[in-house]
Amino acid sequence: MKLHITNGHLIDPANGIDAPHDLYISEGKIAGVDAAPSGFSAERTIDATGLTVIPGLVDLSARLREPGYEYKATLESEMQAALQGGVTSLVCPPDTDPVLDEPGLVEMLKYRAEKLNQAHVYPLGALTVGLKGRALTEMAELTEAGCIGFSQADAPIFDTIVLLRAMQYAQTFGFTVWLRPQDPHLALGGIAHSGPMASRLGLPGVPVMAETIALHTIFELVRHTGARVHLCRISSAAGLDLIRTAKKEGLPVTCDVGAHHVHLTDMDIGFFDANARLVPPLRAQRDRDAICQALADGTIDAICSDHTPVDDDEKLMPFGEASPGATGLELLLSLALKWAGPLTQAIAKVTSDPARVLGLQCGRLDVGRVADLCIIDTNARWTVNAAALASQGKHTPFLGYELSGQVRTTIVAGHVAYTRAMARLTP
Amino acid sequence: MHNPQLNANGELQHLLTIEGLPKAVIINILDTASSFVSLSDREVKKVPLMRGKSVFNLFFENSTRTRTTFEIACKRLSADVINLNINASSASKGESLLDTIDNLSAMHADMFVVRHGQSGAPYLIAKHLIDTKQSHVHVVNAGDGRHAHPTQGLLDMYTIRHYKKDFSNLTVAIVGDILHSRVARSDIHALTTLGVPEVRAIAPRTLLPGGLEQMGVRVFTDMNAGLKDVDVIIMLRLQNERMSGALLPSAQEFFKSYGLTPERLALAKPDAIVMHPGPMNRGVEIDSAVADGGQAVILPQVTFGIAVRMAVMSILASKPA
Repeated sequence: MKLHITNGHLIDPANGIDAPHDLYISEGKIAGVDAAPSGFSAERTIDATGLTVIPGLVDLSARLREPGYEYKATLESEMQAALQGGVTSLVCPPDTDPVLDEPGLVEMLKYRAEKLNQAHVYPLGALTVGLKGRALTEMAELTEAGCIGFSQADAPIFDTIVLLRAMQYAQTFGFTVWLRPQDPHLALGGIAHSGPMASRLGLPGVPVMAETIALHTIFELVRHTGARVHLCRISSAAGLDLIRTAKKEGLPVTCDVGAHHVHLTDMDIGFFDANARLVPPLRAQRDRDAICQALADGTIDAICSDHTPVDDDEKLMPFGEASPGATGLELLLSLALKWAGPLTQAIAKVTSDPARVLGLQCGRLDVGRVADLCIIDTNARWTVNAAALASQGKHTPFLGYELSGQVRTTIVAGHVAYTRAMARLTP
Repeated sequence: MHNPQLNANGELQHLLTIEGLPKAVIINILDTASSFVSLSDREVKKVPLMRGKSVFNLFFENSTRTRTTFEIACKRLSADVINLNINASSASKGESLLDTIDNLSAMHADMFVVRHGQSGAPYLIAKHLIDTKQSHVHVVNAGDGRHAHPTQGLLDMYTIRHYKKDFSNLTVAIVGDILHSRVARSDIHALTTLGVPEVRAIAPRTLLPGGLEQMGVRVFTDMNAGLKDVDVIIMLRLQNERMSGALLPSAQEFFKSYGLTPERLALAKPDAIVMHPGPMNRGVEIDSAVADGGQAVILPQVTFGIAVRMAVMSILASKPA
């Protein structure tokens, strides 16, 4: 299929393009930017007048809930949600049931995802068997099966020797270790940011030092092992200061933030709203401000959706018993645009920057690259409600919010995978 | 953000917390309670204010005192009271909290008195009643996790008003396990709302939550300094599981540093009163000589508790849907 996207405004942060450019796609790849390649004759033309053309979104954390949690969400529902959100590549954490600690499971997931012919799925393998924090997984085999890195998801490693060995072993093969920095002892039983809000509500807290102490440990292990580490879901101002210093020192670390944490604080828990029960917990105003600042100065590499579908039975419970997490794939674009930074930088944080973290070729629109892209209306306003979401997870702290930015068309490897049905004006 | 305990007219629809309640609402509850106190002295201890209404005492956590005083309060208001002790572990295996509520609502409940181990559980119930258009059903929080115990807070205020008349010149000290105490939180909100100029919290650092200062509390770690010239001392119960381990080394050491002895009580004003929400641990947080002494008002607290709970329930029941 030869595709011509015309009259759109192209934003391709990796190439510094922010201009009205046509795009030409042939055989699943970008064939021309601005100028048509010689002899190009489009089989289909998409008119993007008034719209913006951007690389497909790259999401560093989206739980698809397969295998094992199909009652919460299925691959089909969540892959559809990804397309509706303009996400063409996504990383899924290994905390499925069974956990992704065997090559066969990873191959099955990859196979099921590829059959759907939608977004590209990049699984993270479990860093330890069963995520139990004791024995290392077969990282080389898992990589062959399709894992892009190794993670503990939200499971703790209590024993620092295991973490040291895991990082040494990963470094041996050049694999990336994905860690969410949190001291498991200090965080034990905590469900909200330690601070005045948690004290008032009587909710057990997770102190900021749970994050900073874990970061100190990780950085010391990185210095010792040279392992490449991606830090997931940073939540605090103090944590970001440590990462900024570590990056200056030249440590091979990158980091992301969950889209919720760019906008919300612990005050949004309000009257025990379980939709605001997230991992890590929403922190204070000054932490949120530091996150916005760290996005601007590059300390934070990427914004991810941290998509976690939770069903009603597990959310309609007292705050402390409710399952943590929120739906996010379909909000990622709007939440990135809502960040006060410049538009191209906001788009970079969900496209070229996470692609760079992954070391993948996606997230940019050079001639010859795979044609993963989406056409968005940055001005379209929509209201977050259950009916608007394709994901089986309907719970989000943004329920009822009006957000800006909506995907019109998502193109994966040159084929139109999703087109939003628009109300037609009758002449 | 919608506060689920107030209705569209800003009136009390549920009693979930004291935080944010207007002073006038608290005073009205205390005034209503005083009209019920004398009822206990009558031969027929009943008024027909809630005749025909069904109150479900829904206790997901054990309680004797609170449940019993709510039950007596219901009976004196002529309500039908149904006691349900729901073992939290069996509830977690089967029916969800909201399924339980729906089932009991189908039995035409008019009011739920809820105690739950999780902070915020009564909010979930109140919100569910609004979402399912059952806003004629009222919820009274009888203690949720570490969050709030508003009727205890109100009965403490009633007791203080009874003995001290005026809140505007008092110094009140709350002593002990503030970190885990819903009573402390409700007392703090009530005292600051009623205009008490100095509320003190006295405890070792391990039992103090962060951010108390933002709640208008002066924090003391030295018991003797904290008790100096106070008018009211509220002792908190130290639960057994806190007495050894990483929070406190032992009950003996706690008593040595923070137990209320006659010598320490002498640091307070001569007419200071001593309160305790019960059940007491004699020799852990309070010396028997103080607990049984002339300044203790611990048993009157229990008596006033019935009147205060009658006041809360009758006020809620009088509200149109």
